[in-house]
Amino acid sequence: MFKKILIANRGEIACRVIKTARKMGIATVAIYSDADALALHVQMADEAIHIGPPPANQSYIVIDKVMAAIRESGAEAVHPGYGFLSENSKFAEALEAAGVAFVGPPKGAIEAMGDKITSKKIAQEAGVSTVPGYMGLIADADDAVKISNEVGYPVMIKASAGGGGKGMRIAWNDAEAREGFQSSKNEAASSFGDDRIFIEKFVTQPRHIEIQVLCDAHGNGIYLGERECSIQRRNQKVIEEAPSPFLDAKTRKAMGEQAVALAQAVGYTSAGTVEFIVDGNKNFYFLEMNTRLQVEHPVTELITGVDLVEQMIRIANGEPLAITQEDVKLNGWAMESRLYAEDPYRGFLPSIGRLTRYRPPAEVATAAHVVRNDTGVYEGGEISMFYDPMIAKLCTWAPTREAAIEEMRVALDSFEVEGIGHNLPFLSAVMDHPKFVAGDITTAFIAEEYPDGFEPVTLERGALARVAAAAAAMNRVAEIRRTRVSGRMDNHERTVGDDWVVSLQGIDFKVRIDADKLGASVHFDEGGAMRVTSDWTPGQPLAVLDVDDAPLVLKTGKIPNGFRIRTRGADMKVHVRSPRQAELARLMPEKQAPDTSKLLLCPMPGLIVKIDVEVGDEVQEGQALCTVEAMKMENILRAEKKSTVSKVNAAAGDNLAVDDVILEFE
Amino acid sequence: MKDILQELESRRETARLGGGQRRIDSQHAKGKLTARERIELLMDEDSFEEFDMFVAHRCTDFNMDQERPSGDGVVTGWGTINGRMVYVFSQDFTVFGGSLSETHAEKICKIMDMAMQNGAPVIGINDSGGARIQEGVASLAGYAEVFQRNIMASGVVPQISVIMGPCAGGAVYSPAMTDFIFMVKDTSYMFVTGPDVVKTVTNEVVTAEELGGATTHTRKSSVADGAFENDVDALTEIRRLVDFLPLNNRDKAPVRPFFDDPARNEDSLDTLIPTNANTPYDMHELIRKVVDEGDFFEIQEEFAKNILTGFARLEGRTVGVVANQPMVLAGCLDIDSSRKAARFVRFCDAFEIPILTFVDVPGFLPGTSQEFGGVIKHGAKLLFAYGEATVPKVTVITRKAYGGAYDVMASKHLRGDFNYAWPTAEIAVMGAKGATEILYRSELGDKDKIAARTADYEARFANPFVAAEKGFIDEVIMPRNTRKRVCRAFASLRGKKLANPWKKHDNIPL
Repeated sequence: MFKKILIANRGEIACRVIKTARKMGIATVAIYSDADALALHVQMADEAIHIGPPPANQSYIVIDKVMAAIRESGAEAVHPGYGFLSENSKFAEALEAAGVAFVGPPKGAIEAMGDKITSKKIAQEAGVSTVPGYMGLIADADDAVKISNEVGYPVMIKASAGGGGKGMRIAWNDAEAREGFQSSKNEAASSFGDDRIFIEKFVTQPRHIEIQVLCDAHGNGIYLGERECSIQRRNQKVIEEAPSPFLDAKTRKAMGEQAVALAQAVGYTSAGTVEFIVDGNKNFYFLEMNTRLQVEHPVTELITGVDLVEQMIRIANGEPLAITQEDVKLNGWAMESRLYAEDPYRGFLPSIGRLTRYRPPAEVATAAHVVRNDTGVYEGGEISMFYDPMIAKLCTWAPTREAAIEEMRVALDSFEVEGIGHNLPFLSAVMDHPKFVAGDITTAFIAEEYPDGFEPVTLERGALARVAAAAAAMNRVAEIRRTRVSGRMDNHERTVGDDWVVSLQGIDFKVRIDADKLGASVHFDEGGAMRVTSDWTPGQPLAVLDVDDAPLVLKTGKIPNGFRIRTRGADMKVHVRSPRQAELARLMPEKQAPDTSKLLLCPMPGLIVKIDVEVGDEVQEGQALCTVEAMKMENILRAEKKSTVSKVNAAAGDNLAVDDVILEFE
Repeated sequence: MKDILQELESRRETARLGGGQRRIDSQHAKGKLTARERIELLMDEDSFEEFDMFVAHRCTDFNMDQERPSGDGVVTGWGTINGRMVYVFSQDFTVFGGSLSETHAEKICKIMDMAMQNGAPVIGINDSGGARIQEGVASLAGYAEVFQRNIMASGVVPQISVIMGPCAGGAVYSPAMTDFIFMVKDTSYMFVTGPDVVKTVTNEVVTAEELGGATTHTRKSSVADGAFENDVDALTEIRRLVDFLPLNNRDKAPVRPFFDDPARNEDSLDTLIPTNANTPYDMHELIRKVVDEGDFFEIQEEFAKNILTGFARLEGRTVGVVANQPMVLAGCLDIDSSRKAARFVRFCDAFEIPILTFVDVPGFLPGTSQEFGGVIKHGAKLLFAYGEATVPKVTVITRKAYGGAYDVMASKHLRGDFNYAWPTAEIAVMGAKGATEILYRSELGDKDKIAARTADYEARFANPFVAAEKGFIDEVIMPRNTRKRVCRAFASLRGKKLANPWKKHDNIPL
């Protein structure tokens, strides 16, 4: 076995690989850019080598620099993770030349699968089902229309070198085909420097389902079931699960066998993933093959018990697969939620900054359930703008899909992330979405169910009542503590009452609390009662409660007369008041949020570099108004509509906070 | 006999109605609560005992004798907040617009005298149209009687003013002399002269809100220490503030059960200071991660944001926190921040509240506006306040402590009890660049030489060890251990006794 392995990656995947390498007794080498000097993967590895400035194209994907690090460390093998150099055949070639093992497939396989058109041809030859379409290159728009008609609308126009949704268009008629061809071509040219375009049938009710394969260098190949990755936002996967709630054993077997056939057709070794698109009638078509470890590999590991990284390393070491197809048993259900540093309330804009709080749920692994969190960050760490905004992958496993979803709900509620915007509320919302719960999903799920973006969740009444009961019980604990302050008048102390009004999301629950040593019974005026037990103490940001024998986890903050509570994707002010306080509070006016449409607000804390306009200037839509420097990045703020500047409130050199008013318009 | 008892009840009922239901409704329509409703929210349930409910004015001019409502426009008395005694007066806008008469003033004076005698805070809820014109000079005399008591009570019992309606003219000077002023957004304003007079005299056109609303006084004038969304929130937060304060100047700050390990480590503080010395970070994070349960009651949050002041607890005991804020103006000291912090430090010292200071200060803000504004004397206020304070003082230098500002910020030389520094601290007369430019003026033409000199200076002086060698820093501590260290430090100072020499009073550079 290798003595030392270098991980040519960063973030969670580098940490993930280090864990397995360590388990196998292999020394690990991390590489890092300036931005990652304090990163978790650097701290975890046995040694770390600096390879350049923050941008990946000056560090992580510069083959020469990685090769130098390999030489310096004396690593015998390299695990590329995903992204970066993982599917770069030149890198594989350089390693081969240097006599260093690449923990991945041979370069020929990478090349064969790297091009969409070539890979589709190979797939067809290997007997793999492919999407009907035109394989050749398309000359011009007229040609595109002709071919589209042959294939039959709707069609998908795609860049040959494409990925991540770039250079991709759907056309339902001739006009759209003409237009789509041109824009795909332009986008492909600018994004990939390769404007080759092809056209294929657009599959309706599509699901993204992929097969994990493992092949060794001795001709053995197996598949480890599928992963359903249909929950995507703009072709970026958000939630994955294994197995798929849609496939039956027959389809699974057919897809698996085709996937292995394809891998073996290109002499594939190592772990790989064959992606299929599956329509509503369980027809499946080959999309592409990813010649690397996938981000979402943990769900496969959780249902098969196979450590894919370990298998990859063993295969790279020339060992034959110790697992046969018969050994592969799919056990239970696994879910993965990708935690992105993206603000769901601001159109999922990437969010950077310091992680002032980062407390993932505790990892557990028992026969009944598993919680696993693959992460590359830590509390006090910095999320930089240079890399992928995915900061963790939270996985749960349980015997059934229903139970795995429930585990995920609680795990998401228990995940504390502060300091940056993140998609935890969105993930929670999906876990409670009836269509998702029913397994009734397609790749259009997010676009269709959240067409106007994501808003904080409004909980249904039953869920609100549970939160209300919890808040009432917590408030009682906090109020009793208040009465224990020193300096009280003896014998004239305050007693905390039993009757409270809990107000949240526009609903008032009148409750009476009957507390004892073990917990509190919260009786609702409208009928019914809930039993709340918890060891929560005032000031704890995370309240782990048991309400009527079911777990409830709340992120809590203090507001006057109550709590800010975040749970299940909701973010609410929960007021707990005595009946009299509630009566008086109802007299308070509802304040309208100030109208900010005529203001330019500072979008992030930062320094004003310059103001481009003066009072009285008429500005056009899109015109630059001022430049704010934050995190050493200059951000140009532009006019959203035509108007006239009526006031300038800041000057170059000013330090502003979020939402400070920079300009006012007439 | 029954009739006599009934008489009391019916008189009480009339008194409780103040200016009558119609005016109560009108008060509610403005989004304001009545004087008695406010007291209900401020005090523990059923703890309020009213004085002088039947007091009526004595004025006979302008047919005033025709209308003599019970209570005369102010509700006074005492009660408890979480079981601790406080005195309160609450002006009743439904009675003569809450205007202050001779008898109205007498009622306020009565509870202030009792508060002084019995050692309990006074909370004044202001909602008054001003002097009662019909009473003329008697009303002015009433104000002055209150002023004199505010002055005498200053530093003896905490005085808190809550402005929940108009507060104009001479009336503003009573809150002005109390320890804290809080306002309610959109429904309160304070000014010496109103918009009409301003227009007549200076030709300026300004609304009452712009001239003296909560935004003006929390952000521009610094007259107010905080503002709240509505009456309910305001009174809830006043209760929270009172929980931090001692009842009087002979009392120790209150202690409350706490649920936070004094030895709690915060590993993330090790990465709080950015690698680049000029990159700001949020000092709030340090405060929240050090104090009990992250609970910080900020005073003057919206004003002079380059310094943070407020109350927190360590091991359940109140401490006053003062901290430079690198996010704003790099955390430098200037006129506003010096005044803000000086007043806060003096309050803490007056009421035996220990002071925790976090330092990251690049110096005083340069410029003509500062010098012309008298930064010398204003800066001296903070220096003076720290120097005269005899309460336990624990200081942690996180990064920069440059020049005179180092001295000012609760340094060892100003009788600091514990002066800690993080390894990232740079305690020096100034930053490396500035220092080399002065020390090696003759080499300024040679960029390489100056760069080398700067690097030398940084290596030698941009650290806490030069100061530690001289004993100006008691110990260099790991950031992650800050809570534990400051908790232990304050615990060791619980018996601290230090007195300043006898004097009638000092002469702080006002």
